[in-house]
Amino acid sequence: MMFRMLAKVGLNALLANKLRTFLAVLGIIIGVAAVISMLALGAGTRDSILRRVSSMGADLLIVRPGQAGRRGIMSGTAQTMTTDDALAVAAEIPGVRLVSPVVSGGQQLKYYNKNTFTQVYGVASSYLAIRNFEIAHGRNFNDFETERLARVAVLGPTTAENLFGKDEPVGETVKIKGVNYLVIGVLKGKGDQGWSDPDDQALVPFSTAMKQILGVNRIREIDVLSDGAEGGNARVAAAIEALLRDRHRIPANAENDFNVRDQSEIIDMAASFGTTLTILLGSLGGISLLVGGIGIMNIMLVTVAERTREIGLRKAIGARERDILTQFLFESILVSGCGGALGVLLGVGVALAIPALARLGGSDFSTLVEADSILLALGVSVGVGVFFGYYPAKRAARLDPVEALRYE
Amino acid sequence: MAIPVIDARNLRKTYRVGGQEIRALDGIDVRVEAGELIAVTGASGSGKSTLMQVLGCLDHPDGGEYFLDGEEVAKLSGDRLASIRNRKIGFVFQGFHLLPRLTARENVELPLVYAGVANPRPAAEAALERVGLSDRMNNESNQLSGGQRQRVAVARALVGSPALILADEPTGNLDSRTGAEILALFHALNAEGRTIVIVTHDPEVAKFGRRRIHVSDGKVIPEDFVAKRESTRFAASLNPELAGSP
Repeated sequence: MMFRMLAKVGLNALLANKLRTFLAVLGIIIGVAAVISMLALGAGTRDSILRRVSSMGADLLIVRPGQAGRRGIMSGTAQTMTTDDALAVAAEIPGVRLVSPVVSGGQQLKYYNKNTFTQVYGVASSYLAIRNFEIAHGRNFNDFETERLARVAVLGPTTAENLFGKDEPVGETVKIKGVNYLVIGVLKGKGDQGWSDPDDQALVPFSTAMKQILGVNRIREIDVLSDGAEGGNARVAAAIEALLRDRHRIPANAENDFNVRDQSEIIDMAASFGTTLTILLGSLGGISLLVGGIGIMNIMLVTVAERTREIGLRKAIGARERDILTQFLFESILVSGCGGALGVLLGVGVALAIPALARLGGSDFSTLVEADSILLALGVSVGVGVFFGYYPAKRAARLDPVEALRYE
Repeated sequence: MAIPVIDARNLRKTYRVGGQEIRALDGIDVRVEAGELIAVTGASGSGKSTLMQVLGCLDHPDGGEYFLDGEEVAKLSGDRLASIRNRKIGFVFQGFHLLPRLTARENVELPLVYAGVANPRPAAEAALERVGLSDRMNNESNQLSGGQRQRVAVARALVGSPALILADEPTGNLDSRTGAEILALFHALNAEGRTIVIVTHDPEVAKFGRRRIHVSDGKVIPEDFVAKRESTRFAASLNPELAGSP
């Protein structure tokens, strides 16, 4: 009974001034929609970062020359690693599944009158498995070709398209430094990873790359794939460190002349970055929800002022402070709750529209609406109704009945 | 002897306006027995409104004692007073003070809702019937005429069977004919045993009380009982059927 009366009076009061109520509800709708869509954008971005980072291999360890200084990795300070180091890692460390030495350098690739500048990587045949690459067509080179310094190349899809357009590259030859290389395979595309494009590259056997293209006898990195056992990455990293210190004859009190980077650390970093981003975006949405709440407070104050006589009458016939407080809180929660529900719909709609709109604009955004974020937004919007409705409602409840009855 | 409905002694209330003290109530004694019909009169600024607010438990006095229906209420405030008002007083105001967009019945139910009555409908319908509005129960208050609105307000005042019905200038917003009807209604309710106090500045309305309390400068001016007979004749001339016998 009490509730029916509350609902009727509350709805009447809100419907009596439809435009004003609509504007207040709109404030909440926009706020909640902003929270939902921003959280969805954050979660989507976090997921896509994680997907991309993981696609490089979660069990990947990268050994690079140079010291891990206070300001991060200082690479290139000393070129101390050799293919023998890579072989030793493969042979002596338990828990290692695959190893590949890596050398690289930017090179011009030519096919008749077309040419493209790309990174040429000298790697072992295991590199594709380590880095989660797959062959789209053709084949990978084998260890026999590596041993005899075969002039064969596997191209990234972008590189292949740059040189061959829609023609079949496999079986053709491209020129690197004026020397012919037989294209034996093309990689499947992975998508841009932000800091480097794995689709634009050429892979050749490391032996060929070192002797005939780059002319180096030191390697740039050793890529190691661990067997993925629980805590295995850290064990393998420690073993590699001990092995290389020994091989490089580093005295006990000196720093490493190399560093081992564990990919799972990067994944953790990416995940925490994604979470930070989500919080940041969610807070931006939260600010608009706050503004919506202030809008509610504004109309509730106006409503209380307009209904002073009503409040006076209610108090005269026996309404306690609690009754009046409940009445006005109910109304503000009604506004914020309706706004919240509609805001969820709009927010989900916006979250679904963002990737499509971004594609139209040529960029790539993904969004992910999580059930948690909907509950959060609904809860917060009701909370906003209580928080911003409380002061006006308290003001109404505290009105002096004598003054209120006399109010014109 | 029965407990008086109003037993107020030495009521005092002082306002401070711009550094000046105004003694709105300067030691007023009021005693109203059950079943009385009393007119409180006085010029504007006499303290009459303050007396009405204090007697109506809308405000508490600075000093003095006030027993309403046997309960000491002078020192109560806030929600305690609200509860007293809810149980013991039915108000009728000059400006009707009905809630718009609620039906007549819902308006009358309101005091019972605040009293926590589970099903206030039958009582509200009975009260509306008593004031002659059984055919208007489901009309919203803004669809009613002034006289009908004031009847709804009277029904709201009597629905909880309060010890006291307190009417503040109940005819002030009505034309003389509907005003007279409302006064006749009060008279009839009084004849049924209701205790009614009407606060007015209008001497014509004041004549209507069976006893008069005249307030001036925050004090009560005593009046003889000649007025009583006068008022009965006056009421009877308005509506002999409703007025009943004094």
